[in-house]
Amino acid sequence: MTPVHLSHFTATSCLGYGNAATLAALRLQRSGLQPCQFETVHDLATHVGEVSGVDAVELPASLAEHDCRNNRLAWLGLQQDGFSDAVEAAIARHGRRRVGVFLGTSTSGILQTEQAYRRRDPASGALPDDFIYRTTHNTYSVANFVRTAFQLEGPAMVVSTACSSSAKVFASAARMLAAGLIDAAIVGGVDSLCLTTLYGFNSLELLSSEPCRPYDVHRQGLSIGEAAAFILLERPTAQLPADAVLLLGVGETSDAHHMSSPHPEGLGARMAMEAALKTAGLQAADIDYLNLHGTATPSNDAAEGQAVAALFGDRVPCSSTKGATGHTLGAAGGLEAIISALALQQGFLPGGVNTQQLDPAIPIQYLTANRDSVPRRVLSNSFGFGGTNCSLILGRAG
Amino acid sequence: MRLTAYLDGIGLIGPGLDSWPAAQPILAGHAAYEARPLAVAAPQSLPPAERRRTGLAIKVALAVAFDAIAAGQLDARQLATVFTSSGADNDNCDAICKTLASDDRSISPTRFHNSVHNAPAGYWGIASGAMTPATVLCAHDASFGAGLLEALTQVAVDGSLGFERGGTLLIAYDMPYPEPLHAKRPLPAAFGIALALMPVRSAQSLAQIELELGDAAPDTLADPALEALRRAIPAARGLPLLQAVARRETCRVVLDYLAPLSLALTIEPI
Repeated sequence: MTPVHLSHFTATSCLGYGNAATLAALRLQRSGLQPCQFETVHDLATHVGEVSGVDAVELPASLAEHDCRNNRLAWLGLQQDGFSDAVEAAIARHGRRRVGVFLGTSTSGILQTEQAYRRRDPASGALPDDFIYRTTHNTYSVANFVRTAFQLEGPAMVVSTACSSSAKVFASAARMLAAGLIDAAIVGGVDSLCLTTLYGFNSLELLSSEPCRPYDVHRQGLSIGEAAAFILLERPTAQLPADAVLLLGVGETSDAHHMSSPHPEGLGARMAMEAALKTAGLQAADIDYLNLHGTATPSNDAAEGQAVAALFGDRVPCSSTKGATGHTLGAAGGLEAIISALALQQGFLPGGVNTQQLDPAIPIQYLTANRDSVPRRVLSNSFGFGGTNCSLILGRAG
Repeated sequence: MRLTAYLDGIGLIGPGLDSWPAAQPILAGHAAYEARPLAVAAPQSLPPAERRRTGLAIKVALAVAFDAIAAGQLDARQLATVFTSSGADNDNCDAICKTLASDDRSISPTRFHNSVHNAPAGYWGIASGAMTPATVLCAHDASFGAGLLEALTQVAVDGSLGFERGGTLLIAYDMPYPEPLHAKRPLPAAFGIALALMPVRSAQSLAQIELELGDAAPDTLADPALEALRRAIPAARGLPLLQAVARRETCRVVLDYLAPLSLALTIEPI
């Protein structure tokens, strides 16, 4: 595929607002996971990666109908690292119709509906008058919010493939750039805490009671997080600085196996990594670091580990950053693409946190400490319910 | 930029539109449209355990997908898929919200994994064996247009998927919400359209489709009942395309997308 330039990006998660806070936490190997005190969820023994201050975010009056936790988190994210200014500059360069919006989310503003159901009219069962479906609950609402906020007139959509959503948006945007339909795209993902995912993962017995421990022999499950990750994609200009980050390859596959369990040997995951290498024109030996999906559920890490071991052996350093951020679900692909980009630019490989004793049954080179090293190319995995897999390959321009 | 593909198979289910073969004379204007409740079965190709877990959204999506594959004599395992829906399994969403608003918030594992927007894509993989890329979109009322644009882009951009150039199966579907969400988002009926879009012409090709982004007003349907469906159900916004194919005349069709954009299609029968 034709490489695409990540001309600006910004991440907001439980590690902090923006790239500097994210980087500082990764450098210190600090986890943002805390015992769950979210909303009325006091009966689940689990940790969450909650972004502080989301409830206090105020949307501009002109965007009031979009008000919900997911769009507040999106708005908070857009204000960091000069991202909004970069989008305005891209609009000035390319025009309102030539900038696309392709964002991933799994649950969108569903919290708004969960809360509205508690306020149903006791007699009629009707939802309250102040509940607005289109701009909060609907799966498209976060892309609609961003498109409206920037007064864009180009293509837009939400990709909602559970936990691979905001990795797959890179593929869609790259195709639309290649087809000449757009000149720039806002991609990434926004997913926010809600009751559906907390009680849902609890029902599947996939929530860890302690902060999640990816690839640990005693891993018990995942910790849910939330994040807003935004990346501006454009065609590379002729002269890029050496530390510019490019999207080099994307691989998408399906497990065709089970709705909520990965293929036991990680076959779909392996095929996604192979497809990413193929689209990038690279070999496994060209990859210097892998940001694993690494949810810390027993089955995910076993399946992904097998797939990684089959392709890369134990030669490539890898880690999951979900011990620090929690599993941010539909935002994970975007968030981890940004962490991978920071690793490429800053010259370090983030060690996974919380992991105490590596699973000896998984023969990969898992990092539990940061390593100073300048990777040239990194691969980031994102997998999800329904057997959806996506691998991204990012690399330095020079 | 113009995107081109060949339409090799169609699946259609809607109220009074039982299948593509049954709907063709209605859309061509040779038979009257009569609204009727729609009936759809779960696909036999799903294992029994999975079949029991499928709600209306999954049944509609898989039924039109299999119909399009059969019509085009295609191998599902060779095709990428683009699923697009305004809301996915809306009965399931209501059931989860009711449970979460009750004193006992224990939702069932099946309800939870069926709550993801890509549940039909997951069941499609299990039923068809396709390990190819499956993407799953939402653009509220513009979901059909978003799906068609994504699918035609996939077909047009050679090598973009990292596997041999096959085609892309577009599956657009919707279903109603029960109350109380129905009052906030009144979708009147379930509806599904599947289009098998191929990069090269075959013996099964029904039409060549070219797409450009534009800003002309979307076409409407002359039959008031069909036009009411088109307006009320996002997946039915693709009906003017099917009407053009049914009439077997070269024509321009403008489909609804995100304002101010619309999709300008040129449809040439083969």
